Amino acid sequence: MKTSIPHIASNTFREAVRDRVLYNLIAFALLLSGAAILVGQISIEIEKLVVINLGLTAVSLFGVVIAIFIGIGLVSKEIEKRTLYTVLSRPVRRWEFIVGKFFGLAGTLTVNTFFMAIGVFAALFYVSHRFVRADALIFVALYFIILEFLIVCSLALLFSSFSSPLLSAVFAFSLFVIGSFSEDLRNFASMAHGVSRWLATGAACLVPNFSAFNVIASIAHEQPVAVQLILQNTLYALFYAAMALSGAVLIFEHRDLK
Amino acid sequence: MSPEPIMPSIEILGLEKTYQVGFWRKRPKQALRPLHLQVEDGEIFGFLGPNGAGKTTTLKLLMGLIFPTSGSARILGREWTDPAVKAQIGFLPEQPYFYDYLTAHELLEYYAQLSGVPGKLRRQRIEQVLHQVGLRDVQGVQLRKFSKGMLQRVGIGQAILHDPKLVFFDEPMSGLDPMGRREVRDLMEQLKQEGKTVFFSTHILSDAEALCDRVAIIHKGEVLRVGAVDDLTSSVRGKVEVIWQGSQIPASIKALGAECHVTADMVRAILDEKHQDAVIDALRRERLRLVSVTPVRTSLETYFVEKLRHAETTAGSIAGGA
Ligand SMILES: Nc1ncnc2c1ncn2[C@@H]1O[C@H](COP(=O)(O)OP(=O)(O)OP(=O)(O)O)[C@@H](O)[C@H]1O
Ligand SMILES: [Mg+2]
Repeated sequence: MKTSIPHIASNTFREAVRDRVLYNLIAFALLLSGAAILVGQISIEIEKLVVINLGLTAVSLFGVVIAIFIGIGLVSKEIEKRTLYTVLSRPVRRWEFIVGKFFGLAGTLTVNTFFMAIGVFAALFYVSHRFVRADALIFVALYFIILEFLIVCSLALLFSSFSSPLLSAVFAFSLFVIGSFSEDLRNFASMAHGVSRWLATGAACLVPNFSAFNVIASIAHEQPVAVQLILQNTLYALFYAAMALSGAVLIFEHRDLK
Repeated sequence: MSPEPIMPSIEILGLEKTYQVGFWRKRPKQALRPLHLQVEDGEIFGFLGPNGAGKTTTLKLLMGLIFPTSGSARILGREWTDPAVKAQIGFLPEQPYFYDYLTAHELLEYYAQLSGVPGKLRRQRIEQVLHQVGLRDVQGVQLRKFSKGMLQRVGIGQAILHDPKLVFFDEPMSGLDPMGRREVRDLMEQLKQEGKTVFFSTHILSDAEALCDRVAIIHKGEVLRVGAVDDLTSSVRGKVEVIWQGSQIPASIKALGAECHVTADMVRAILDEKHQDAVIDALRRERLRLVSVTPVRTSLETYFVEKLRHAETTAGSIAGGA
């Protein structure tokens, strides 16, 4: 069975590149080199800590911002500009369009993260002049960040399939922020009583559990990551993204184009 | 080539569309009453109607871009939602817009992939189409730098790119200069020569008149008449319009079955050509001053206007037979 998913994905990637999305890498490089030079006077241990913490946090935040800003327009902009007319009147099923868009965006972010990762390692080498075994933990943190992007992309696409870009951005950012504090939400749920307990538990289940994906602080201190967490996060991210994408498809399948 | 079984290219079986309009309090707006229409294989079919008649709505329904309130359709003998149908049809939307970060060539390349044009054929097809729509010289320019007419040409190009059996054009001539219109006309003729079916909407009647085997006239979401251009216009063929001063209508003229309209100080009568001399004689006898005698233009335009005026005044349904 032939599918148009790869074509749609690569066109989405091409659009992002032509819209100069990758220029964010310049800002990222400036930020990182600035930080590396600034803390260059203190002890090596603290320098490493700063570079890893700051570098990986920036990788995650830059990526989330890009994911949301591109993601929210992926469907609604195509409906608004009517570029979809000549796509959906071809042998392209609506679900293929959504899935293709998702992979295009996820691909863009992966490429972007790849370049940023090179930057982080370069900065690390600049401050400590060598790599140690524990630095490999950075790959785990980057992997978790990419899993996080998959969730954010799927959510942005979900919102994009039924609301305007502005509202979608608000929804997606709120979910990202709440998701980043989902551990606090869980703690609150376990302490609360009655209705608020139910509400908090429900919310904690629905919002993406980004707390579990943030291992930056612990790997900066060279603490290992449990294999079980890697497995758990992988499954969670895939499941969550699949659910959000299914939602997007369900909504989009039955939608009248403008 | 072995003869294929003859079947209609398009069968519209009571497609109906009601939009919900308004933000807070939704009101229904019926854009298309149950529409029945049949387009035969190999014909150029014109879909005529004034602004807001429901032409675009019909095309969007057929393309699966919007969903009908009720009814269905068959295209090339299959259910219209069947993805297999989509590989064999081309669609030019009204005022088309495309990914503006792509060049004309890249866009066609992308669309050829989506339509499943085999890799080996792609290059050749794209070259050919770019030549056909006159965009060869600008194929490397990003579409954001294209004018309206150039976009229209891209739109036509992408519709015929994958060599479809049936094309749907929503106002193909709009935005084009006289040369461009001419070229599009020729292109449609050529598609017909190749055995393709062309279904296009327009309100430019002369184009329809020159091109179409048959037309349908649609007004307020309802088909008023379907037929060959000649058949439709024969009802106003061979008539003359006589205008004279005053407000008096001689009884002898009334007796000829003239259709008279009295304005401020003129009378306008429409009647059969053969009574022309009798009318002039009558006017002379009554000493009425003749202003003009002109043959009524037996064009689709006239027919169209008459038909719509009639529809407005009776406001009832005059669903015509095919
Ligand atoms: N998305 C929509 N929501 C509400 N009403 C709509 C929508 N699209 C079209 N309509 C209404 O449906 C009717 C038919 O519109 P349509 O666009 O099909 O007309 P048309 O025949 O293509 O006209 P034109 O010649 O101006 O292109 C119009 O009254 C229009 O107001
Ligand atoms: Mg229209």
